[in-house]
Amino acid sequence: MRKMLTIISNVLRGSASRNGARVVVSARTYADFTPQASFDIKKCDVHKLEEGPPLQAVLTREEGLQYYRTMQTIRRMELKADQLYKQKIIRGFCHLYDGQEACAVGIEAGINLSDHLITAYRAHGYTLTRGGTVREIMAELTGRRGGIAKGKGGSMHMYTKHFYGGNGIVGAQVPLGAGVALACKYLGKNELCVCLYGDGAANQGQIFETYNMASLWKLPCIFICENNKYGMGTSVERAAASTDYYKRGDFIPGLRVDGMDVLCVREATKLAAEHCRSGKGPILMELQTYRYHGHSMSDPGISYRTRDEIQEVRSKSDPISMLKDRMLSNNMASVEELKEIDVEVRKEIEDAAQFATTDPEPPLDDLCNHIFYNDPPMEVRGTNPWTKLKSIS
Amino acid sequence: MASLRCFLRSGKVFVVPCDICIINSILLLQVTVRDALNQAMDEELERDERVFLLGEEVAQYDGAYKVSRGLWKKYGDKRIIDTPITEMGFAGIAVGAAMAGLRPICEFMTFNFSMQAIDQVINSAAKTYYMSAGLQSVPIVFRGPNGASAGVAAQHSQCFAAWYGHCPGLKVVSPWSAEDARGLLKSAIRDDNPVVFLENELMYGVPFEMSEEVQSKDFLIPIGKAKIERQGTHITLVSHSRMVSLCLDAAAVLAKEGIECEVINMRTIRPLDAEAIETSIMKTNHLVTVEGGWPQFGIGAEILARIMEGPAFNYLDSPAVRVTGVDIPMPYAKILEDNSVPQIKDIIFSIKKTLNV
Repeated sequence: MRKMLTIISNVLRGSASRNGARVVVSARTYADFTPQASFDIKKCDVHKLEEGPPLQAVLTREEGLQYYRTMQTIRRMELKADQLYKQKIIRGFCHLYDGQEACAVGIEAGINLSDHLITAYRAHGYTLTRGGTVREIMAELTGRRGGIAKGKGGSMHMYTKHFYGGNGIVGAQVPLGAGVALACKYLGKNELCVCLYGDGAANQGQIFETYNMASLWKLPCIFICENNKYGMGTSVERAAASTDYYKRGDFIPGLRVDGMDVLCVREATKLAAEHCRSGKGPILMELQTYRYHGHSMSDPGISYRTRDEIQEVRSKSDPISMLKDRMLSNNMASVEELKEIDVEVRKEIEDAAQFATTDPEPPLDDLCNHIFYNDPPMEVRGTNPWTKLKSIS
Repeated sequence: MASLRCFLRSGKVFVVPCDICIINSILLLQVTVRDALNQAMDEELERDERVFLLGEEVAQYDGAYKVSRGLWKKYGDKRIIDTPITEMGFAGIAVGAAMAGLRPICEFMTFNFSMQAIDQVINSAAKTYYMSAGLQSVPIVFRGPNGASAGVAAQHSQCFAAWYGHCPGLKVVSPWSAEDARGLLKSAIRDDNPVVFLENELMYGVPFEMSEEVQSKDFLIPIGKAKIERQGTHITLVSHSRMVSLCLDAAAVLAKEGIECEVINMRTIRPLDAEAIETSIMKTNHLVTVEGGWPQFGIGAEILARIMEGPAFNYLDSPAVRVTGVDIPMPYAKILEDNSVPQIKDIIFSIKKTLNV
């Protein structure tokens, strides 16, 4: 019976991919796959909190496939960006997120799209999880008119609904995020703001100013420190007198989370979201994660850390591999199914890269637009007194 | 306590608390700049629920300079928020709130302290609409006293008009009179873009006449348009904020000598109303700018450069000049401070030199 089903499924799946149609093929019946399973997750260290998240997380097949697909999409998108950068098709700043996928995907799984999120410059992954498409992200990196910011922002300045970028000034996004949280509370829509920063930014004064006000005014703000062990070329030990970033909020409860495990991140985010929505004020999460690339494309990333270290994380803690192993060993998906997702993702990335390299650059007419919102057209001085350029809202 | 002098038709004058004065027919009030700002904020807070005020001492203290007096009592904690002394933090919070749909008024106790937060004003507020190609607007007002005061010395006396006026993405406004304060603040609050609103501490207590039209709840002064405060034919004086008073005083003195000065109140620093200045120069053929800030790379420098580059240059009969603050940090002793900012005699001197009289 099983063999017959396998044959039928292979035939069906074969025909689906030959047509090129993107059909979600669950040709093997649901009875074959485990619909959901419970997994042990690492215990989170807590600070001024009664309890951390539960030590077990339930993952359904659908969730698993979705997390896998999204993480793989981020991974491949970032690797493609690396390629395009080396070909000089992407220029300027490019801060890649590969290795940290579980953070973006896990956080989004713990909140709603109607919530708000802001991060720093390592933002491509979040632009995707917050509703951007690979096409518009890549076209923004290549500076084309089809980019998510029409080519005017670049890598560090991408925005979608309820996603406030993409911010280039280290730490500046943290007060902004608390401001978004203030608006959430003010407007009374039971929304919250996730406000991310790195281990390097964690020492910024304005972050402590923000902790103070967020706590005083009980703003629904989840502060998240993505600790990838290095602030550019400076390891955490060399930058911070206290590397317990989850405790640095002092009077703000905190938890330290395994940022390589998407389930751990999700469960912690759910706990944090519940905390905020119940009106208790802000909470702080430290995600212990790792970036495979250097700080940016101009940093090889091996002068301040060893190749061995990078390799060790890749082989032992890769977030995508971890999820894949969990699903396969619990019969929640088949190898072929996951491979198929890989193929689809690769295709999506290729299509996006194709678009990003062929879409034309923004028209020169657009140069002076978008200075002011809701304003009548105005004149902008060009490079010399005789050049008067037009600017519309 | 703010009070106002009411002029009755009979010619009698009496003094009453500002909010309860009723006159028979011609409702010509004397209102201080402070009260004009207060009323403007009050009306805009009432008109739009998304408007709120935050800053140091704005709520329970009634404002460091009493500009927000009575607002906390009326609107409460949600809309009038006292902040800790953390400019960078609360300015960033204000910008974030604006991004998420509110309309904050962020008060800096003086603009000197805005330097601590200037990254949020420029990089987070001013540039965002452009960087996002129109996806993310930032409807925020940054307001507070700017420029020299009296005896507050170097760290508390800087004029920031030129610094903020330099940056695209910002609107920068500098009111002089109570009417300016009222109309421009209302426009600033209703504007969907970041507006830097430069007040002047020494002007807060100065009363001005305010017509009925100006008192109406929807009285707005358009941002970007200068006003001719005094018509003249011999020379154009361009100024902003408190210096407009000095220009008018200088003009009054010179009028006795037969020199008629046209005094332009810029009202807005950015976008600069170059056209108004050019039109005036085409009539008077002479230009002197007057500002309280430092000369290098200042407001006057920009105006003169634009006049050079524009059609009005050919109408100048002598080089345009600037009257500015002295190029030093502000000293404390009264005699030194008095000589660090333009005085009426300095303006008169420069006018006469320009006119070669």
